[in-house]
Amino acid sequence: MEQEIIKFTISIYTENNIGLLNRISAIFQKRHINVDSLNTSASEIEGVSRFTIVVRVTEEQMKKIIGQIDKQVEVIKAYYHTDEETIYQESCLFKIKSDLLFEERQIQNIIKDSDARIVTVNREFFVLEKSGRRNEVDMLHRELSAFGIMQFVRSGRIAVTKDEMKVTEMLEAFQK
Amino acid sequence: MNFNKNMQSKTTHKKEPGKDQHVRMSGSEAMVKCLIEEGATTIYGYPGGAIMPFYDELHKHQDEIHHVLTRHEQGATHAAQGYARISGQVGVAVATSGPGATNLITGIADAQIDSTPIVCITGQVYEHLLGSDAFQETDIVGISTPVTKWNHQITSAEEIPEVMAKAFYIAKSGRPGPVLIDITKNAQLEEFDFHYEKCTGVRSYKPAPPVDKEKVKEAAELINTAKKPFIVWGQGVILGEAEQELKKLIEKAQIPAAWTILGASAIPTTHPLNVGMVGMHGNYAPNMLTNECDVLIAIGMRFDDRVTGRLNDYAKQAKVIHFEIDPAEVDKNVKTDIAVLGDAKQSLATLLPFIKKNSHDSWLKKFKDLYKIEYDKVIKHDLSPKKEGLTMGEVLKEINKQTSGDAAIVSDVGQHQMIACRYAEFNKTKSNITSGGLGTMGFALPAAIGAKMAAPERDVVAVVGDGGYQMTIQELGTIFQTKVPVKIVILNNNFLGMVRQWQQLFFDKRYAQTELVNPDFIQIAKGYYINAEQVSKREELSTAVEKMMNTEGAYVLEVCVEKEDNVFPMIPSGASVSEIRLE
Repeated sequence: MEQEIIKFTISIYTENNIGLLNRISAIFQKRHINVDSLNTSASEIEGVSRFTIVVRVTEEQMKKIIGQIDKQVEVIKAYYHTDEETIYQESCLFKIKSDLLFEERQIQNIIKDSDARIVTVNREFFVLEKSGRRNEVDMLHRELSAFGIMQFVRSGRIAVTKDEMKVTEMLEAFQK
Repeated sequence: MNFNKNMQSKTTHKKEPGKDQHVRMSGSEAMVKCLIEEGATTIYGYPGGAIMPFYDELHKHQDEIHHVLTRHEQGATHAAQGYARISGQVGVAVATSGPGATNLITGIADAQIDSTPIVCITGQVYEHLLGSDAFQETDIVGISTPVTKWNHQITSAEEIPEVMAKAFYIAKSGRPGPVLIDITKNAQLEEFDFHYEKCTGVRSYKPAPPVDKEKVKEAAELINTAKKPFIVWGQGVILGEAEQELKKLIEKAQIPAAWTILGASAIPTTHPLNVGMVGMHGNYAPNMLTNECDVLIAIGMRFDDRVTGRLNDYAKQAKVIHFEIDPAEVDKNVKTDIAVLGDAKQSLATLLPFIKKNSHDSWLKKFKDLYKIEYDKVIKHDLSPKKEGLTMGEVLKEINKQTSGDAAIVSDVGQHQMIACRYAEFNKTKSNITSGGLGTMGFALPAAIGAKMAAPERDVVAVVGDGGYQMTIQELGTIFQTKVPVKIVILNNNFLGMVRQWQQLFFDKRYAQTELVNPDFIQIAKGYYINAEQVSKREELSTAVEKMMNTEGAYVLEVCVEKEDNVFPMIPSGASVSEIRLE
């Protein structure tokens, strides 16, 4: 009964403590699962961190992993969602020679058409920022590659869910 | 990630009147005070550079805390485990940084997989040296993360009371487990205003889910209408102290009940509804009838692969009810029809009023019939052998006789462990202390030390093989130094017997590196000034066991048993429970 491999976005609300990143990543390691991307940041709740992790697994595996994440002492709550259940974006930066900006008219069109933003320009290079879905970032990367990219970096996925995740209520319940 | 350096206070504490004064003291003195506050008055450990300030304080508080010097840090963890398993209290192990800390890992991993509440305290290099590859520096928090329920590094004395309180709370509550606290040397030396409050809650942590009465009712209905109900209980019953509730349940509904290795002793061995052990070397009837029952009621167990055999053929015909404290265990290995989350005692107490008095005579008879087959094929030959060589089973039978089934049996890992768990008679709960999930050879000797110290009124008999014995044999030194009166039975077959059995059955008798050329165990025991005797003849056995039990103080009894005996029944690895072999 082979189940379909699906891309899931995991959202984990946690205390903001040293070592928790290690503890959470160890759960993927022990099941020999590669993580597509991982982002940690502040959440909407003060003092509470939020992990956004993208993995490709079966839903059955996903449930078991979520259970094992959720039971960690400093994890407040862990959720998983499919792409359809989330609004998600990635962000990327391109560092490109400034000469190209003036010599290659095409680059200016690419920037305009892709909704990318110029962050800074100096004599040697300019920096382009683009936020969007993976395929949009990939397309821009392909187009700019033809001209030469000095540096390229892409963030992990960040996502918010369409449905509520009632973490604040959970924390308030503890205070009572 | 913007991690805060200091742990934020997200915990609740018990305010005790008259205990709110602050006293100026060092971090190390605070560590000692915390242990006293938590009732951890017998602890196991080994000193070293980074933990010296703490040991200096221990020296000043010898009247309040009994520190047992083990001969290896692994021994300290197993002793702490033995202490915890027999008493239900948190065991404590202490080590220095670096190798001291890494030597704890096996015991910690064992405690993690067997849900044993222990707190391990390690010294660490000065905070300013962290990350510099200083002498005896190791990232023990990083190393222990996958095998701890929780761990934390303390770098300033002020954190000590809150973190220590949290450590004991987390280790003991919910599904218990090991906690490691790593304390830098500067934190031990610094002075601060000490004030202690016990931890009562951590906001991100839910020890036990509340019992859902609706789920309980659903479960009761299924149990009441079942024609062939079958209970498999695990250590959750013992950890949750739900023995009486379980007994009432099985008696009221007359349900045959079997146990996992760690569930042993929760219900007396001789109880008529106790149908034995499940799993790879468990009893014939409960394994076979797992695939015949109509409702399988799993209580405080986690469907380990050694219990289930091939999952695709495990209890497929049955509706499965799972009473479980840890939501991550539900549907992990076996799909359940009804999951009742929560503490076993509370769940079963909620369930009992909904259970109807019942009887399942013809179903129970099946267990008896299959027991008869197992008795004739296996048990009879194990317990009353006609051949010349001694069997491990007859040694256990003799121990049962001499201790009237009141002893706690601490077994190591391998053939003798399976024999001990199969044949030991248990009248009392918390009496089967063994390394179940991790299968840690070397567990028994140090665990027996901890068990005997936690329950000095009880007979504690360590049953070990000649292989595992030599993995922690140095703890004979601890036994000699502390005069702890543990009884040690070495079942010596000059082989790593279980591996040899597999080599015989599955590797065409190629005995690769399983034969042991052993030292003189009696001389070794005597070198530690411990009474010892070796027996190899049937007619000597009874007297020897009797002498061991009647001798004051520690005792080593080496029994030379048949070299190439096998443990049966056996579910071969990857086979179904109904493919269990009797020979």
